[in-house]
Amino acid sequence: MYVAVKGGEAAIGNAHRLLAARRRGDANVPGLTLEQIAGQLSLAVDRVMGEGSLYDPELAALAIKQARGDLIEAVFLLRAYRTTLPRFGHSLPMDTGRMLVERRISAIYKDLPGGQLLGPTFDYTHRLLDPVLAGDAPVDAPETGEDSNERVMRVSDILGDEGLIEDDPVTDASRPVADITRTPTEYPMSRDARLQTLARGDEGFLLALAYSTQRGYARSHPFVGEIRIGEVDVEVMIPELGFTVVIGRVKLTECQMVNQFQGSAKVPPQFTRGYGLVFGQAERKAMAMSLCDRALRATELGEDIVAPAQDEEFVLSHCDNVQATGFVEHLKLPHYVDFQAELDLVRRMRTEHFANAARADDEAIATDDTKEAAE
Amino acid sequence: MALAGNELDETTGDATVREIARRQRLLSVLAKAPANELLKCWKQTGLDPAVELLRGPESGLVALQGRAGGTGQPFHVGEVSATRVTVRIGSGQVGHAMIGGRDTRKAQLVAVIDALAQDPAHADLVEREIVAPLEQLGNEADAKVRRETAATRVNFFTMVRGED
Repeated sequence: MYVAVKGGEAAIGNAHRLLAARRRGDANVPGLTLEQIAGQLSLAVDRVMGEGSLYDPELAALAIKQARGDLIEAVFLLRAYRTTLPRFGHSLPMDTGRMLVERRISAIYKDLPGGQLLGPTFDYTHRLLDPVLAGDAPVDAPETGEDSNERVMRVSDILGDEGLIEDDPVTDASRPVADITRTPTEYPMSRDARLQTLARGDEGFLLALAYSTQRGYARSHPFVGEIRIGEVDVEVMIPELGFTVVIGRVKLTECQMVNQFQGSAKVPPQFTRGYGLVFGQAERKAMAMSLCDRALRATELGEDIVAPAQDEEFVLSHCDNVQATGFVEHLKLPHYVDFQAELDLVRRMRTEHFANAARADDEAIATDDTKEAAE
Repeated sequence: MALAGNELDETTGDATVREIARRQRLLSVLAKAPANELLKCWKQTGLDPAVELLRGPESGLVALQGRAGGTGQPFHVGEVSATRVTVRIGSGQVGHAMIGGRDTRKAQLVAVIDALAQDPAHADLVEREIVAPLEQLGNEADAKVRRETAATRVNFFTMVRGED
């Protein structure tokens, strides 16, 4: 329990003023522009958009600036902002098959239609700090190559043609798409609600759980079927017009994880799937999401639930960093009355403890005396 | 792009289908165009119609859906900010726009251009000076991304070890 306490207004006001000054830092150094943050810290912006569940690079950049680079605080700001806006409707399901691909790799096929496109990746860098970046030296323009115009085929379609991988069918087109921001959470969750929860889940938490599955806690023998990053059209049905319109594009990272077999008396063995789809360029998160998605399909696939990553309620009710930070950080709030009660209780218990101890001592002495007398 | 099934019954003629396709393309091209480029094209036309705001501009959210596995059951990935506005221009046409982001000026301009394009007196000018150049610009930008990506394509070769 926490109670309203008065008297902190001046301190709070001054603390916020101090925060504003500390946030700004040395006034002789130029302030950061939102363009700089969105343009040069774009992966931080992507992360804040993804976990903030709102695609708006400019607002995410503002949130990062306001939060002094504390990304969870920035996510919180973005989540708070989105609650102030009306919802116009929803997009048609975005077609990642028609993505303007900037990166596409597969770990299971060397040669595949569309090729292995590395794109702007940290992979194969030596992870050595580059002192040159301390300055602002001009960088080379990207090399260009001949666009093959080859369709970047989904790896799951290649495997699917042979029936080697499970289908991902539209199970029920008539049911409204789950929305955890509109309806209270209920377990067990449907897969659409799970995927929505994972898509906005904390990267660190999901990464750790994904890692746990690799280390043997619900192992699923995963392979990266495909990762693709790029922009996708957002198409929305406009009721006033009676037809759909593309309202813009969003950048997405998609991960198709291919996992070990599932089969039954009726269905021949085939690979199973885990799926990740995240705003922006967020490969680690998309991979972690797809591993967690696969682990959480344990019940559906008839697997024993033996590990934390398979425990739906454990994973989904703890992966939201805004919820988690809210509950953990609320411990900072005044709990004076609560604690008074605890103090009172612990004092009473100690009094009883000592009284009991004294009584026991007395009895022990009395017993000894009796023994001595008997001897 | 999908058409609403119930909007197009058998009485709908080819002309209507063409008109819808034209408007879909215009609104999509303009929504995707960078605001500064749109404004540049707009200024070049020298058009300056009287504009009455019928609704908005209003900023809000559109829930973004993906599909499990890329092709399966739809799910919500998150939301995107969007702005919508409806205008009527002096000649009576009503224009409508919804664009991603929170640029109310751009949204309003898109709606005005949508209205103007419905006016036979301006349709060709709008197509020639605004829609076609912006579409071209978008295609060029996409082609640049594709060429830059193509340069990072891995060309595997196999090392032959030893000899028979």
